[in-house]
Amino acid sequence: MDPWCTPFLMTLTEKILARASGRRSVGAGDNVWVNTDILLTHDVCGPGSIGVFKREFGQDAKVFDPKKIVIIPDHYIFTSDRLSNRNVDILRDFAKEQALPYFYDVIDDPIGSWTFSPEIGQLKRQYGSRYQGVCHAALPKLGHARPGEVLFGTDSHTCMAGAFGEFASGIGNTDAGFILGTGKLLVKVPETMRFYLEGALPPGVMAKDVILWVIGDIGFDGATYRAMQWEGPGVSSLNMDDRMTIANMAIEAGGKNGIFPADAATFAYVDERTRLNGTKADYDPVELDQDQKLVFDKVYDLSKLEPTVAMHPNPGNRALAKELENVKLDRAYIGSCTGGKASDFVAFAKVVKGRHVKIDTYGVPATSDVVHELKEIRWDSQSIWDVLVDAGVQMTENASCAACLGGPKDTFGRLNAPLTCISATNRNFPGRMGSKEAKVYLASPYTVAASALTGRVTDPREFLN
Amino acid sequence: MAKRITSPVYVVGDNIDTDQIIPAQYLTLVPTIPDEYEKLGSYAMVGLPDDLYPSRFIPENSSKTEYKIVIAGKNFGCGSSREHAPIALGAAGVEVVVAESYARIFFRNSVATGELYPYESRERLLDVCRTGDLATVDFDNDTVTINDHEFTLKPMGDVRPVIEAGGIFNYARQTGMIPAKA
Ligand code: SF4
Repeated sequence: MDPWCTPFLMTLTEKILARASGRRSVGAGDNVWVNTDILLTHDVCGPGSIGVFKREFGQDAKVFDPKKIVIIPDHYIFTSDRLSNRNVDILRDFAKEQALPYFYDVIDDPIGSWTFSPEIGQLKRQYGSRYQGVCHAALPKLGHARPGEVLFGTDSHTCMAGAFGEFASGIGNTDAGFILGTGKLLVKVPETMRFYLEGALPPGVMAKDVILWVIGDIGFDGATYRAMQWEGPGVSSLNMDDRMTIANMAIEAGGKNGIFPADAATFAYVDERTRLNGTKADYDPVELDQDQKLVFDKVYDLSKLEPTVAMHPNPGNRALAKELENVKLDRAYIGSCTGGKASDFVAFAKVVKGRHVKIDTYGVPATSDVVHELKEIRWDSQSIWDVLVDAGVQMTENASCAACLGGPKDTFGRLNAPLTCISATNRNFPGRMGSKEAKVYLASPYTVAASALTGRVTDPREFLN
Repeated sequence: MAKRITSPVYVVGDNIDTDQIIPAQYLTLVPTIPDEYEKLGSYAMVGLPDDLYPSRFIPENSSKTEYKIVIAGKNFGCGSSREHAPIALGAAGVEVVVAESYARIFFRNSVATGELYPYESRERLLDVCRTGDLATVDFDNDTVTINDHEFTLKPMGDVRPVIEAGGIFNYARQTGMIPAKA
């Protein structure tokens, strides 16, 4: 029998943190030192974390375990901004010095330096064979997300990997520097809120609508310091992409982490991915207890949900798409960790196939794999990529965070003027996608696609049948 | 030794997210490089909408603010995990933020870096003061006095000694959790 199960009834988060801190049980509010299974960082916070590590542990210090560090440059890559390009070089030097096996470089030359070339343009692929794109989408694809583990990342959307039944949470550079040296972090065990899902999603409604609905319900600080645990028969109707979309946005309600129980779908995904990338294949999932200490418990019937939108200026500012048909738009955007997966583009393509967008529409695949898949999958004789391009979507092959977080001025799709944009991303605070006077509406890929066709916020169900 | 800080306050609203504290375009600056640390300070709070915040937080051509105390509403520091946010404020010269509540990662980053003290207020202080009013934060009594009215603050508890030590590394060394620097 698993010694970590009974007789202590714990939530999924508590079970994982208990095991990672070498205890039989922990409860919400306990401060415990936990061992890290994976530390994830990228080009924005990696250089600073490395700086902290060297300042504190010495110039010649060695990281606690090279195999447990994953570095995925993704944020400011396809820009001619000098400091952005330099930051990728800092990562490369560090990966080389520490012999890190899991650094997914932009270029193939291990001693080269990275520069984006504006002459080649934003649409054409400019990266080497190991480059991935948005870290949270790439991490599970590369077999670094495993049930029962502890993942820390220097990015708030690290919580996305909670889709795989692990404890995954965002941290700052100083904490990351500490982990680089010691492998440990002092963590306060969060209280758990349960979201119990029943039914299945109706046509035209996506995982994004689930999370936007829930955040609207509890408020965008409604889960501050807490774990958002998803359970119930509705979970099995959601595929891994759906679960990632939902777990990703736990932070948009202030959550410390989001977590799904691992099931057959999880194991199938993880086993395939660890095998393909040759990463650690063994893991030890935690199981749901019947009785758990919860601070919030609510049932949601997926079949009752409708296309949902978060209005400017925050992700909790909820409305239904059909209530906003008088909101005029200048731009549509599909991309990011939460909305730039292959399944998101396929949904988008279903709506726009054979039609043409009415406003400027930008598509940024989350990862280089997504670019590849969209070119491979065919409907009749046409690839999804071509369906999108024919519909007038400006598709870039350069997978990255791009305009999801604004970034340098020359970032693809950035809102450089006070425009109104509907976006499949996850955050719409003032200035998030560029101009601080711009207004961003968050929605599912279906809703973004339908809105791109009409130039107004549009319920996608009228385009799907 | 009694610890207090007196300064004019800068007053902001609810849900000030990290994009407003330090917009994403400045995240290319690496905080552990001293010049870039200073630069981050010069951009602190530039993401605030100008129409709502007519007083500049940092004067033109300067990297320092005259406001060592920031008064805020709920959920201060929400959004991304960028440690650049408390660092930009600290580099600009902010010593204390007094908010009704904080987003988790911002709070944690403030403590881990030791850049500033994140105090929680019991009242909605942004309704009782305006940018430029003089305030004194008294750390020993956990109070803030603004325009001669005294308000009690929630004690910081365990995190105060960490900030006082200058962040988690110094604290971990002082308390023997990690070995002293060679
Ligand atoms: S895609 Fe957007 S939300 Fe996701 S990691 Fe990049 S910047 Fe953050």
